[in-house]
Amino acid sequence: MIDDLPDPLMRVTGLTKLYGRYVGCRDVSFALWPGEVLCVVGESGSGKTTLLNCLSGQLPLTAGKVEYDTRIDGVVDLATLSEAARRLLRRTDWGVVHQNPRDGLRMAVSAGANVGERLMAVGERHYGRIRGEALDWLGRVEIDGGRIDDLPATFSGGMQQRLQIARNLVTRPRLVFMDEPTGGLDVSVQARLLDLMRTLVTELSLSAVIVTHDLAVARLLAHRLMVMYRGEVVETGLTDQVLDDPHHAYTQLLVASILQP
Amino acid sequence: MNEREMMIEVADLRKTFRLHQQQGVAIPALRGIGLTVAQGECLALRGPSGSGKSTLLRSIYANYKPDSGRIAVRHGERWVDMVSASPQRVLEVRKRTLGYVSQFLRAIPRVSALDVVAEPLRQLGSGPEAARARARTLLARLNIPERLWQLAPATFSGGEQQRVNIARGFIVEHPILLLDEPTASLDEANAQVVIGLIAEALGRGTAIVGIFHDAEVRAAAATRTLDLQAA
Repeated sequence: MIDDLPDPLMRVTGLTKLYGRYVGCRDVSFALWPGEVLCVVGESGSGKTTLLNCLSGQLPLTAGKVEYDTRIDGVVDLATLSEAARRLLRRTDWGVVHQNPRDGLRMAVSAGANVGERLMAVGERHYGRIRGEALDWLGRVEIDGGRIDDLPATFSGGMQQRLQIARNLVTRPRLVFMDEPTGGLDVSVQARLLDLMRTLVTELSLSAVIVTHDLAVARLLAHRLMVMYRGEVVETGLTDQVLDDPHHAYTQLLVASILQP
Repeated sequence: MNEREMMIEVADLRKTFRLHQQQGVAIPALRGIGLTVAQGECLALRGPSGSGKSTLLRSIYANYKPDSGRIAVRHGERWVDMVSASPQRVLEVRKRTLGYVSQFLRAIPRVSALDVVAEPLRQLGSGPEAARARARTLLARLNIPERLWQLAPATFSGGEQQRVNIARGFIVEHPILLLDEPTASLDEANAQVVIGLIAEALGRGTAIVGIFHDAEVRAAAATRTLDLQAA
C-alpha cells in the first residue's frame, strides 16, 4: 500500500540567469514531483518571475539546466530541444497562466475558440467535439455556457482569469506554470479562483509551479514553498513548516509582516 | 490486540527558536526530550506554558523543525524519522498514518463544513458520497446543527469551528493521532463526546499524544502523563 516515491517530473540544477551584470536568479536547484504544487514566494525583484520564465523555456539560462520527464522520450534537458519542440511542450504537456489574462488569451477570438485552439494544437479537428469540450471546460471553471461565443474582452477580470485556466487545462497538461494568478483580483473573486484551482489541481493530479507574493495563497495551494530573496533561494520546505517555523531571517520578516484580518 | 506495537519513539529532541528580527534572540524550547507511545496508549503532555508541549507536538507532526534528535514514527511496515524525512514523505505519513487536531480551524473560502470534514478521506481515495456520509455521522455526533453543514465554517463560533476540526481529525482513523487542546472551547457535553471518540480510537489501537488543559479531560483521556519543565 505504501509505495516508494516516484521519480521527479522536473529537475533543476544550478539554474542561473544574469541580465548583464545584474542577477535575475542564481544557483537555483530543486526537483518537482508528479502531483506536487510548489509555490515560489518573495518580494518583487527577488527573481521569482525570472525563475518561472526560465523553467517554462521562455528565457534562455545563463548557467545550469532544467530536465523534464517527457511523455514520449523520457527525461530530456530542455536546452537540447529545438524552439519548436519547446513550444509544442508549452502548448500540450504544459500550461502557462499569466498574471494578466490578456497576455495568455487571444482577445480577438471568442471564449470557445480560446479553449478550442489548444485542442487543435494537439490535433483535434472535429468541430462538434471541440465545441463540446470547450463548453465542458467553461462549466468546470464556472463560466456560463451561454457566453461561449462572446469575446473575452466582455468578461470581468475574474472570468478572464478562469477562461485562461480553462484554455490551459483543456489539453490535460501535467505541469502548469502560474505567475501571480490571483494578483489584481478582488478578494471575493480571488477566493472563488483559489477554490477552483485547488479542486482542479487535486482532481487532475497536476504539478504546478506558482509564483506569488501572497503567503495565504501559498498556504492554501502549495505542498512545498521556496522562498527567494535577491535572486537566491534562502529557504525551502514543507509549506506549513516554512510558514509556521521559518528559519531564515528574510522568511521570518516575510511571515511577521502579514496582516491578520 | 495481543502484541502492542510501538508507534512513536522520540529521542534526545532539541529545539531553540532564533528570532532574527529581534537581535537574534534565542528561545530554548526542547532540551533533550525522549518519549515512546505504543498502540492503544494516550500520552498526555503536561507542564506550564512555555514548557514546550505544543512545540513537541508540532515537531512530531513535522510542522516545526527540531535542531537535532530523532522522531521515529511507524508508517505501515517501516519507520520514518520525521526530523530528516523529505517533504514528500512527510505528506505521505500525514495522509495515511498521522492525524493532527489543532485548536483552530483554518477555514477555506467557499468550502462547506461537510466537505472540510470529508476531505482527508477523499484524499485517501474514498468516493465523495462515502466520505460525506461518514462526515455527516461525525458532525451529528459532535452536535453541529444540520443547517450548518452546507455552509463554509469561517463564520461559525469558536466552539463550532473546533468541533468541525475534531470531526476532520477523526474521520480517517489514523494509526497515530496528535491532539492539541481538543476540548479548549467546548462545553461539558461536547467535551464528553470528544472523550468518547478518544476512548474508541484507543480501543482500535490508535496511539495518541495530547495536550489537555482541563485536568478532568486529561484524567479521562490519558493512559500516561509526561511532565515537561519550563525552559
